[in-house]
Amino acid sequence: MAGITGKDTTLTAYADALEREAPKGRSLTQDALRRLFANKAALVSIFLLAAVILIAIFGPYFLPWPYDKIDWTSIRKPPDFSKGHFLGTDQNGRDMAARILQGTQMSLTVAGVATVVSVVIGIAYGAIAGYFGGRIDAAMMRFVDIMYALPYILFVIILVVIFGRSPVLLFVGIGCLEWLTMARIVRGQTLSLKEREFIEAARAGGAKPFAIIFRHIVPNLTGPVVIYATLTVPEIILTESFLSYLGLGVQEPQTSLGTLISFGAPVAEALPWMLFGPALFLVLMLVCFSYIGDGLRDALDPKDR
Amino acid sequence: MISYAFRRVLSAIPIVFLTITVCFFILRLAPGGPFDGERALPVNVLKNLRAHYNLDQPILTQFFLYVGGVLRGDFGPSMVMEDFTVSRLLSIGLPFTLMLGFTAFIVGTIAGLVAGALAAVNQNRWPDYLLVFVVLIPLIIPNFLMANLAQLIFGVYLGWLPVGGYRAGSYINLVMPILILAMPHGARVARLVRGSMIEVLGTNYIRTARSKGLGAALILTRHAIKPALLPVVSYLGPGLSYLLTGSLVVEQIFALPGIGKYFITAALNRDYGLVLGTTILYVFIILALNLIVDVLYAWLDPKVRLN
Repeated sequence: MAGITGKDTTLTAYADALEREAPKGRSLTQDALRRLFANKAALVSIFLLAAVILIAIFGPYFLPWPYDKIDWTSIRKPPDFSKGHFLGTDQNGRDMAARILQGTQMSLTVAGVATVVSVVIGIAYGAIAGYFGGRIDAAMMRFVDIMYALPYILFVIILVVIFGRSPVLLFVGIGCLEWLTMARIVRGQTLSLKEREFIEAARAGGAKPFAIIFRHIVPNLTGPVVIYATLTVPEIILTESFLSYLGLGVQEPQTSLGTLISFGAPVAEALPWMLFGPALFLVLMLVCFSYIGDGLRDALDPKDR
Repeated sequence: MISYAFRRVLSAIPIVFLTITVCFFILRLAPGGPFDGERALPVNVLKNLRAHYNLDQPILTQFFLYVGGVLRGDFGPSMVMEDFTVSRLLSIGLPFTLMLGFTAFIVGTIAGLVAGALAAVNQNRWPDYLLVFVVLIPLIIPNFLMANLAQLIFGVYLGWLPVGGYRAGSYINLVMPILILAMPHGARVARLVRGSMIEVLGTNYIRTARSKGLGAALILTRHAIKPALLPVVSYLGPGLSYLLTGSLVVEQIFALPGIGKYFITAALNRDYGLVLGTTILYVFIILALNLIVDVLYAWLDPKVRLN
């Protein structure tokens, strides 16, 4: 299932590397994280992104207008500091700054929910396939391969048709489609972990397979999961803004960056601040994620080691 | 070679069937339907409508009726656009979408090849830095935002190109959509070519060619291009499916009459027949294209088909 940002290519290489060379010496993941923090562009992006997240969460408490409140005295007005509309107002007289922050919050929440869902499914699926191995593994991974061949966005839109106007269900649904790469990574890691002594000890002690998977293997997957999540979040932000832009995502009075852009675009000639405000926030977040992603890719690439 | 192609076709058939099955049942079991309007329909009208669309049959019967129809090229009626069958709508939209997609594919691939090769040859000099930066832009900015900005700048402020719409023959209307669609594709190709070309230029046989006195242009065309193209060929399959799904948003923004536009409209109207038909067609096209690319790759690289 081809994604939008191409993260799957990077991560698939990582999954293969985990399968081949993880057990020897220093952990591949720790190595990668250490090199990521040595990368200045990635580090700056991490701080910028943290700032955006904090502003999106706490900013609304410091703004004079809530996101759904109509100011009848200023409708379609450009930025006006005396009234507290720092980024202007929309056609209904709602404060754009508040709406953008709420939209950013929504985009991040959605991305978080979908990522968590995909991580949970991916871990369970990958760990079971990797631990049991053999024919079960072959069948489960064959299924993943088939899913990869199908176009992702079509299924997301079908989910929209099913779940209708419920954003939470929709993004749980997106999570249910996003887990394929996670499953591959976890399987690779599990294949190498299950040969280690502590798993053998657990087995000798009489632990059941599922207890071994969830007590002993899953806790060792923290590193790959963090890396996977970093690359998945921007993908879902993009998917969400794409859907909301087409009118299939988050609905009024709630808003998201995609919804704001889709409302801003048709009136951008007369009210440019309605397009450029949300567009700037979206692009800023995507740029940060892109640099973090590039940093991760360089950190994971075994070529220059 | 032929047996490899044959095996690949066989392995694609269950995928198509699986897609049809899964999408059919998901859509039929979903709550809500195309006849849920703001006003409830009278009971007997609803009953007749459901009978007309076979919706009163048991779901398995519906499924077999549908699959039988698809095998004969009949995707059933559209439930919202009356008087149209899904097959008719798709046959109107498909040529346009394919034309748009393939033009963008050719433009993007060629531009990406040239840009990537230029950047690789000038590695760590200004053309390289410039191209790497330019290539980053369409990869980061989502295509719907790019499309809107392009409409605003070139359509409204500068007035060079029409902002949207299409009449048969008015090719100037297609310039902007094709470029928007081609840009991310071209950017990915450029990145791939740059990477693989730099790798190839560092190999020993290129050094040999250089040391025996071949000119830079000759080295590039005779020795470097072919091996540098292999990763690009393997990307073309996924690249084409990116383009087809990208056409969803481009057709919507520029108001173009392709199947992407029908798909979005159908999803908004819960027109099950049309959503299902479009999805099947998309999956079929993407699998067919992947198949062609795989066979092409096997032809280029004998190691693949022997495995």
